[in-house]
Amino acid sequence: MSAPVWNNKVVKWVDDRLPVFTMLHHSAYEYPTPKNLSYMWNFGSLAGFVLVTMILTGIFLVMNYTPHADMAFWSVERIMRDVNYGWLIRYIHMNGASMFFICVYIHIFRGLYYGSYKAPREVLWWIGILILLAMMATAFMGYVLPWGQMSFWGATVITNLFSAFPIIGDPLVTWLWGGFSVDNPTLNRFFSLHYLMPFVILGLVVLHVWALHSVRSNNPTGVEIKTPQDAIPFHPYYTIKDLFGMGVFLIFFMFFVFFAPDFFGEPDNYIPANPLVTPPHIVPEWYFLPFYAILRSIDFTVFGIPAKLLGVLAMFASIIVLFVIPWLDTSKVRSSKFRPVYKWFFLILFIDCFVLGYCGKKAPDDYFMGIEGLKVIVVGQLATLYYFAHFLVVMPIVGKLERPKPLPTSISESVLKEGANA
Amino acid sequence: MRKFALTAIAAAFAVTAFTGTAAKASGATPVPPAQTWSWDNLFGTFDRAQLQRGFQVYKNVCAGCHSLRFIAFRNLEGIGFNEDQIKAIAAEYDIEDGPNDDGDMFTRPGIASDYFPSPFANDKAAAASNGGAIPPDLSLMAKARMNGPDYIVGLMTGYEEEAPEGFSLSEGKHYNHYFPGHQISMAPPLYDEAVEYTDGTPATLEQHAHDIAAFLKWTAQPELEARKAMGIKVLLFLIFLTAMLYAVKRKIWRDIEH
Repeated sequence: MSAPVWNNKVVKWVDDRLPVFTMLHHSAYEYPTPKNLSYMWNFGSLAGFVLVTMILTGIFLVMNYTPHADMAFWSVERIMRDVNYGWLIRYIHMNGASMFFICVYIHIFRGLYYGSYKAPREVLWWIGILILLAMMATAFMGYVLPWGQMSFWGATVITNLFSAFPIIGDPLVTWLWGGFSVDNPTLNRFFSLHYLMPFVILGLVVLHVWALHSVRSNNPTGVEIKTPQDAIPFHPYYTIKDLFGMGVFLIFFMFFVFFAPDFFGEPDNYIPANPLVTPPHIVPEWYFLPFYAILRSIDFTVFGIPAKLLGVLAMFASIIVLFVIPWLDTSKVRSSKFRPVYKWFFLILFIDCFVLGYCGKKAPDDYFMGIEGLKVIVVGQLATLYYFAHFLVVMPIVGKLERPKPLPTSISESVLKEGANA
Repeated sequence: MRKFALTAIAAAFAVTAFTGTAAKASGATPVPPAQTWSWDNLFGTFDRAQLQRGFQVYKNVCAGCHSLRFIAFRNLEGIGFNEDQIKAIAAEYDIEDGPNDDGDMFTRPGIASDYFPSPFANDKAAAASNGGAIPPDLSLMAKARMNGPDYIVGLMTGYEEEAPEGFSLSEGKHYNHYFPGHQISMAPPLYDEAVEYTDGTPATLEQHAHDIAAFLKWTAQPELEARKAMGIKVLLFLIFLTAMLYAVKRKIWRDIEH
């Protein structure tokens, strides 16, 4: 890595005093990137793009939004009806939340499949999980702001979860609410935090990219960059590839914004919040459904620990467990491409998450996919069991027993081989 | 490119299939039959004549009990009324204003910037006049129910004079196929010739139901036409841009084995 030479005098003057241009040169131009990245590697930059979109649209929404229990719903309708292009800004923001989670979930599954969490990328992976947690908090609080029925009752259900903790539970919930029920103080603090959190996420993203650039990108073979032939500079190769991916993604995103803006939403949230009327089905947004299913699947007590507390712990554990998978995975091989057994377990985990999502959407006593006798709660319990078993049992054992396929000696070799086969 | 296309399709499919099946979960109440609407498909727009008929239905029937809080008279421009017509419509309503310089509230004829006045002074008054049930505001009804406009048509036409055998209907309630739980406080609001249309359209129950549903679709999504028109341009631009980006990508990557 050579220091760039700046010919422009102004650039040079600034760079001698604060080397921003040199930094950009290293991290966005010269950054050596494996040359075999698939389109699965597009979703990180896409998520970053959606984050920026969310912050920008959010700033403009705040200019017209009123965080008061009596006026919030009305002010959102004013945005939709009277603010110039207010509907566009809000629909982008609303659908942007779903798009953000789509990108991030694909990004996470990609990391899981190609072993991107394994040494030396553990810290990179941890920061990623922190980003996911921060996103969840942000999305949850943002959903409360329009103060519709689902906003209100979602907030009530989720904040009530904290009452499951012994002794501190009830005072904790009162503290969160700023009162004795979800009300104006709750809305106000959620608004404040919803504005704060994206900048926390932005900070975490900076750390995420920093960690990435020091350990370098993983790639579909899971074999590290060994020679200069294995890598290409980020610009122009990956800037153009990311831009192309962004174009495709924007077509997908904008289709929903303009032609199905309420596709991801709940109709009930167009009913103003009413503390006296409970909606028949309180469901979270789609991106929380798998976690909601895990929460609800625990309907039994163990050693006298109440079911509700266990459910809450299980829900949190489902994310916390991701922190330790760099050590739970005992395989020497990163990429599942070369792991003939684990590959199938990964597929099961992938499907399992969709099953959990389905169970989270349905009422516990419904029948799973209409199959007579098969209750959603039972399927949810099995899916929860597999979710944890995957990380706590399958990962350590399969990693030990499995005989991975031979790895290519380098990225270049694998590229040449695939080229010859094609 | 093949790999990319597969990835993209798989991702899109997974997301839509997932949220799609999730969206279907709605309980025991039957799904109202899908109707054909002027705004269906990418290029569909509102039918102004239909919206005006629907407005007539709202004004003459629904407005007796249901508010339309988020709609101002000026908004009626969106269903094809001109300024003079809007002024005339607004003037038909009495609007409470004030306080005046003496500190008194007074009523005056409505003006274009006023919002539709609510039929009841407050929720308590609304409930007291309707056997305990509060008639909901209709502004967002087409978005606040699953399959909104189809549901509205279903509800308007889904009444039975007698509840099916074995179904115990509470005092003062009515049986409706599409209302969750089937017991609805609202008496059948529409019937053949409930409203005489000024444009001479035959006033059947079906027609009324479709017209009011269309009108409420407009009150819920007045931006629909502007949104779709812009959406077409945005998508065409993005497809063109993306195709060019792909060409550039191919050219840049030409000499790289990857």
